[in-house]
Amino acid sequence: MKFFHLIWGNLRRKQLRTALTILSILVAFVLFGFLSAIKQALAGGITLEGANRLVVRHKVSLIQLLPESYKARMERIPGVSGATHLTWFGGVYQEPKNFFPQMPVVPEEFLQMHPEFILKPEEKAAWMGTRTACIVGRKTAERFKWKIGDRIPIQSAIWMQKGGSHAWEFEIAGIFDGKERNTDTTQMFFRFDYFDEAREQGKGLVGWYIVRVTDPARSPQIAQAIDAEFANSAAETKAETEGAFVQAFTRQIGDIAMITASIMGAVFFTILLVTGNTMSQSVRERAGEIGVLKAIGFTSTQVLGLILAESCLVSILGGIAGLGVAVLMISRGDPTGGMLPLFAFPAHDVLIGLVISIMLGLVTGVFPAIHAMRLRVADALRRM
Amino acid sequence: MSDTNVGHLVAVEGVEMVFKRSAEEIHVLRDLNLHVPKGEFLALMGPSGSGKSTLLNLIGGLDRPTRGTVRIDGEPLDGLSDRKLADWRARHIGFVFQLYNLVPVLTAERNVELPLLLTHLNKAQRQKHVAAALEAVGLSHRTRHYPRTLSGGEQQRVGIARAIVTDPTLLLCDEPTGDLDRKAGDEILDLLQALNREQGKTIIMVTHDPHASARASRTVYLNKGQLATEPIQ
Repeated sequence: MKFFHLIWGNLRRKQLRTALTILSILVAFVLFGFLSAIKQALAGGITLEGANRLVVRHKVSLIQLLPESYKARMERIPGVSGATHLTWFGGVYQEPKNFFPQMPVVPEEFLQMHPEFILKPEEKAAWMGTRTACIVGRKTAERFKWKIGDRIPIQSAIWMQKGGSHAWEFEIAGIFDGKERNTDTTQMFFRFDYFDEAREQGKGLVGWYIVRVTDPARSPQIAQAIDAEFANSAAETKAETEGAFVQAFTRQIGDIAMITASIMGAVFFTILLVTGNTMSQSVRERAGEIGVLKAIGFTSTQVLGLILAESCLVSILGGIAGLGVAVLMISRGDPTGGMLPLFAFPAHDVLIGLVISIMLGLVTGVFPAIHAMRLRVADALRRM
Repeated sequence: MSDTNVGHLVAVEGVEMVFKRSAEEIHVLRDLNLHVPKGEFLALMGPSGSGKSTLLNLIGGLDRPTRGTVRIDGEPLDGLSDRKLADWRARHIGFVFQLYNLVPVLTAERNVELPLLLTHLNKAQRQKHVAAALEAVGLSHRTRHYPRTLSGGEQQRVGIARAIVTDPTLLLCDEPTGDLDRKAGDEILDLLQALNREQGKTIIMVTHDPHASARASRTVYLNKGQLATEPIQ
């Protein structure tokens, strides 16, 4: 710490240059934060709770429907301990920008299947007791300032009621919370019996199934058995783990991990060049001063340490500021208004960001530091 | 230690310094011998390119001779590793440069403190030493000033305070008045003379200026890499 004022003084030498370097690092880390949050939003829905669950969808695509009768046949397959279905409703509240996911479900078996959704017993009872009742996640309830008892109109782009209306009305019976931090609480669930009776088309058809297995280690075999059960039928299935399902879903956009890694790689490589060049220039400019330090007794290793500490300080300042700005901006929630319900900056990515900032400092400082370390005192003093 | 070294703080024996520039070899110092007793104020004069600064660098352990030996207080420098040489410089040598060579982003007291950062002194002890050094050069009232706000003479005083703050055995001054006007130069020479007479500091001062060398207790002349006791015309 006794060398801190020397390191800090060198950073203050060209304040504009230092500020711009820190700013460029800051911007890179804000971008890092946003890409992490997007990756989390698209691929982070895989929870521990889902480890023993399979998703069974139509073999052709997710938008093809499956018969409701498949449930009983699936439950007879050895290793399956339960099944429930969901259907994509595709509705909006009041206007298109107010999008959030809604799905009709069979309440009892749905809640048994998803222990990560926490619902008070009295709210569960209220949901069971009213055919038009629904439950909504905390995030969506807060977003639209809904409370229990509110009647909400939802306009579905897919499902029409008998009589031709696309407007559906539900009564909020409960507001559920997530058991884990990354549990999606933007969704709304309502009763399938009401939906199936009221809809104009597709009666007896559902979107996909969630199947619980007794032994997660046997999930691949059970998935194969389910697909075999419905092979050569009019609606063949594709069963896979919840994790694989989410990954397959996000792969429709592309390989998120690779896209984010590529963007971050390009950004950090550019920052590496910018900061590295700045550090090199800064060290070249004060070769004479480095000579003086060596003349009064600083060892080459101490000079190396001072330069590395300086580059790390720049990088860490920019990194912390960038991560801080990212945390603040991301904490304001999903910027798409519902398309990215799990949009959040994971804590472990914040830590990774800090490690990257230290690494960035070391890498950008190492060449100028070695140059300073090797500088001959007599040569350096001649440059004053 | 040989008999010839008894009482000598600095012993330069058979030193040659050759620089290679492309295929050409430049002999800057040739079979040079110099002995400086403890407590002496020696002026080293000579024309530009005569090898004065090179000799000073060798005595200060900033460079190594191509041949020959430099001993300080009986200790040969050629056997020391770069790291040990740096430690040795920190303990034994105080440098005063022509252009002061202060770190511009540090205040006067922080500049003076620099050599003490390499010691095991705590902050309070360092501050005490810094205050004493700045007082010795008459700059107690300018401790928080940055070099750019000080006159040339004041900057050189800070440079001298930095050189003496660790109480080194030997002060090496490379044209300390070369960038100052006569009045400021005289003040610096007064200061160096006082350090020599009152504190017994051994000083080797490179200078072009006969007026400055007149303050020294002995003057030697360097020309084309060789020493003489009289100026070479």
